[in-house]
Amino acid sequence: MNGITINNISKSYPLKKGKQDALKNIQLTIPEGELFGLIGPDGAGKTTLFRILTTLLLPDIGTASVNGLDTTKDFMQIRKEVGYMPGRFSLYTDLTVEENLNFFANIFNTSVKENYHLIKDVYKMIEPFKKVRAGKLSGGMKQKLALSCALIHRPKTLFLDEPTTGVDAVSRKEFWELLRSLRAEGITIMVSTPYMDEASLCDRVGLIQQGSMMGADTPQHLRNAFGKKLLSVKGPDMLQLLRQLQAMDAVAHAYPFGEHHHVVLKNDAALPALPVNIEVKEVEPDIEDCFISLMWSHAG
Amino acid sequence: MKQFYNFVVKEFIHIMRDRRTLFILIGMPVVQILIFGFALTNEVKNSGFAVIDLSHDERSAQLIDELDASRYFELRGKFQSLESLEQSFRKGQVRIGIVIPPNFGKDMERPGGATLQFIADASDPNVANTLINYANAVVVDFEQNITGEKKMPFTIQTETRMLYNPQLQGAYNFVPGVMAMVLLLVCTMMTALTVVREKELGTMEVMLVSPLKPLKIIIAKAVPYLLLSMLNIASILLLSVFVLDVPINGSLTLLVGESILFILVALSLGLLISSSTASQQSAMFISLIGMFLPTVMLSGFMFPIENMPLPMQVVSNAVPAKWFYIIVRSVMIKGVGLKHVWKETLILIGMLIFFMTMAIKKFKVRLA
Amino acid sequence: MQDKAITADKLTKKFGDFTAVDQISFEVSKGEIFGFLGANGAGKTTAMRMFCGLSLPTSGVATVGGFDVYGENEKIKNSIGYMSQRFSLYDDLSVMENIRFYAGIYGMGSKAIRVKAEHILKGLELEAEKNMLVGSLPLGWKQKLAFSVAIFHEPRIVFLDEPTGGVDPITRREFWQLIYEAAGEGITVFVTTHYMDEAEYCNRVSIMVDGRIEALDTPAGMKQRMGVSSMNEVFLQLARKATRTEN
Repeated sequence: MNGITINNISKSYPLKKGKQDALKNIQLTIPEGELFGLIGPDGAGKTTLFRILTTLLLPDIGTASVNGLDTTKDFMQIRKEVGYMPGRFSLYTDLTVEENLNFFANIFNTSVKENYHLIKDVYKMIEPFKKVRAGKLSGGMKQKLALSCALIHRPKTLFLDEPTTGVDAVSRKEFWELLRSLRAEGITIMVSTPYMDEASLCDRVGLIQQGSMMGADTPQHLRNAFGKKLLSVKGPDMLQLLRQLQAMDAVAHAYPFGEHHHVVLKNDAALPALPVNIEVKEVEPDIEDCFISLMWSHAG
Repeated sequence: MKQFYNFVVKEFIHIMRDRRTLFILIGMPVVQILIFGFALTNEVKNSGFAVIDLSHDERSAQLIDELDASRYFELRGKFQSLESLEQSFRKGQVRIGIVIPPNFGKDMERPGGATLQFIADASDPNVANTLINYANAVVVDFEQNITGEKKMPFTIQTETRMLYNPQLQGAYNFVPGVMAMVLLLVCTMMTALTVVREKELGTMEVMLVSPLKPLKIIIAKAVPYLLLSMLNIASILLLSVFVLDVPINGSLTLLVGESILFILVALSLGLLISSSTASQQSAMFISLIGMFLPTVMLSGFMFPIENMPLPMQVVSNAVPAKWFYIIVRSVMIKGVGLKHVWKETLILIGMLIFFMTMAIKKFKVRLA
Repeated sequence: MQDKAITADKLTKKFGDFTAVDQISFEVSKGEIFGFLGANGAGKTTAMRMFCGLSLPTSGVATVGGFDVYGENEKIKNSIGYMSQRFSLYDDLSVMENIRFYAGIYGMGSKAIRVKAEHILKGLELEAEKNMLVGSLPLGWKQKLAFSVAIFHEPRIVFLDEPTGGVDPITRREFWQLIYEAAGEGITVFVTTHYMDEAEYCNRVSIMVDGRIEALDTPAGMKQRMGVSSMNEVFLQLARKATRTEN
C-alpha cells in the first residue's frame, strides 16, 4: 500500500464563464521506490496533480493515497512524511544556503547532521556557496538547494514539480544524475518536466496533456506501444521535403524532428520512391514521437 | 499621432476592466465628498455638559434650560460638588461643566454683575476651546434675552478653567492620536503583508507541506512585529515626554499594558487581512482603504465622533483606534486608572479574540 | 553591407567590472533563420537588448536593418518585431484589441489592420475567438498568435526570445512552421531557444559562452567539426567549458 495511488481523480477550476478542466479521470499507481516522470507541456495539469498529492488541493472527484495515507483525511500526517519542491524556486531568497537548510531541518524536527548522508552528493555542489543568499544563486544551484531542503528530513516520498525548467542543459543533466542515485535509498520520487528527453532517465513515465493521462509505462513499453512504422527522412531542402511528405497519401503524419523529419505511415502503406539524395530509414520512436502520436489520437 | 491614440485607447481598456482601479477613480471621490461633507466636521454638537447649580433660582434654571435647548449642548448631569463633576470628567461623560455660584439671579441685577465658571476637558484642546466659545455665545444670548438689549459691559462674567491641559497644548491631543495611528498602521500593514507575501512567492506552499501547524505559523509571524512595536511605544513616549512636554499623568504600567493590548489587536487584524487575501496588492489596498482611512476619520482624534450622523457613530465603534484613543487620553492626560477605562479595555480584548480567531479560521490549510 | 540584416563587430557590454558581452562579431543575412544559443547567464539577453535598441553598447559597432544601434534607435524599433516567452500579449485585452494596439503602434491604418487581421486569424484558425480575452486562450495558441502579432507590421527582422518555452510538441512544430513561412517572405528571424532540436531548424547557429561566441556555423558544420551527432552534444561540450554561471 505504500508508494502513490491515484484513483480516478478529476479537478476543475471555475472561470468567469463555466469551468476549466485541469485534471480528468487520472488513474495511476506508482510503486514504492520508483522514479516516475510526469511529462507534459505547460497547462497539462502537472502542478494541479502534484498539489493534490501533497494535500494542498482537494480533488473534485476521486481519491489518492501516499504511503498508505489518504490525501484528504490524513493530510497532516502526509505533510510530515513527504518532501516537496514546487515549481519556480520556493525557498527564502533572503536567507543564505545554510540558513535555508537549517530552517527546513528544524521545522521537520531534525537536524542537518542527522540526515547529512542523504544530501551529501547534492550539498557538495553548493557547499562553496553556503554563506551566499539563496536569491543570488544561479538557476541550477537554486534547484540543488531546493532538492537538499526537500530531502533533509528523510522523506519516504519526494515530489519535484518541474525542478529542471529554465535551468541550463549541463545542470539539468547533473540534477537527474542526483535523482537516480537517490533510488538506492528506496525513496519514491515523482518528478514532472516539460522536457521529453528526460523521460528516458525515469523508471516509468506518464504522458499528460490537457488534464488527461495519455499513457503511463516504462519508456521502452511506451515505445513498443507506438504501433506504427516510423521513418526518418532527410534531404537537401528540408522545408520543401516536409511539404512534399505531408502531401503524400501514404503519410499519416510528417513533422520536423531536429535534423530529420519523422514520418508516420498509414496502416500498411508504403512510401513512394524518393530521389536518391533523400535518406530514408526506419527508426525506433522517441518518447516525443509517442507523445505526439498520443496527442493526435486523443484529439480524436 | 495614431500611435499615441492607440496607446490611450489601450489604457482605457485596462482601466475599465480592472474593478479596483475604477473604484479608486470614481467611487472613492464620491464617498469622500459625502463623508467629509456630511459626517466629518469640526463643529461640535450635542456635547454632554454637566452643571453645578449652587443658586437654585429662576435665572439659573433658565440658563440651564437655554444651554440644554441649544443644539450644542445636552444636559447630562447635575452635581452638587466639584468632586463629582470631576469624576464625571474622568469617566468621559461630559466635556464641559458649568458652575453657577449662589445668588446668580440676584447678582445679575446688581452693578457688579454675576459670574459663571466654565470647566472644560482640555485633553482635546480644540474641542475644549470650541465648547467654551459656544457656551459663551449662549450666555451672551441669554443675557440679551433678559435685558432686552446689548449692554456693555456684560452683566455676566465668565471664568474658564481648562482641566488636564491648562496651557491648551495641541500635543496633548496629538500624541495619543498619533500613537493610535502609528501603531495601527505599522502593525496592521506589516502583518497584512507577511502571510500574503509567502503565498505570492510560493514559499507558503512549502511551509504547508510540513509538520508546522498553522497556529504556530501565525503566531511566529506576529512575534517580531510585537517586539519591534514595543520599541516604537517606548520611543513615542520618550519623545512625547521629553521633547513635546506631554505628561504621563496616569500609571505608566497601565499605559504600556494597554498599548501592548492595542498592538495585539492591530497585529491580529493584519493577520486576518493576510489570511484572507491572495496578493500583496490586495492586502495593501484593504489595509489602506478598509483600515487606515476609517481609523483616521472615525477614531475621534481628528473629528469629534459626537458630531457624526448616527450610522457613522455606530460604525466608529468597530474601529479599534477609537477605543484606544479614549484609553490613552484618559490614562496619559487625565491620569485615570483602570477602573475608568475597563469598559474600553474589555472591548479591545474582545476585538483581539475575535480577530485572532477569524485569522486562524481563515488561514487556509490548503491552497484552495 | 546593405543586404545584411544584422551586423556586429566586437560588440561589448560592460556593467561596471563585469563584462556581460565580450566583443562578439558576426553577420546575419536577410531572410536567414539565425539561432542565438547559450546557457542562462551567458549574455544572450544582454546582446539581444542591444540589437533591439533597448540598451547601448559599451564599445564595438552593430547595425540592425542597416541602422546603427548607437544613433538610430528609433529607426531600429520601427523596423523590427519582438516576442518573448514571458510577455507577449495583454491577457485582459481581446485578440482583436491586441492586434489593433500593436499594429497601431507601428502606424498601420485601421482598414489595413482589419484586412490583415482576418487573414492572420483564418490561418491560425482563431476567427471564432477574435473577441475573446487572450488570457483565456490556451498557451500554445497564445504563443502562435503572439508571433503573428510580432510580424503583423511586416518588419524586416523579428527577435524571438525563447518563444516555445513550455509549449506542447505539436504546437512547437506549428510555431516553427510559422517561422519558416515568415523567413520565406524575407523576414529575418533571430531566435533564442533552450530546445536543441530547434537549433537544427536554423540556417546558422551561434553559441555564447561566458559572453563570447564560442561557435558559429550551420548545425551540420558544427556537429561535424566537433565529431558529434546532435546539437545537444555540441551544446553540452561547449557549455561545460563555461566558468560563469547565472548571477
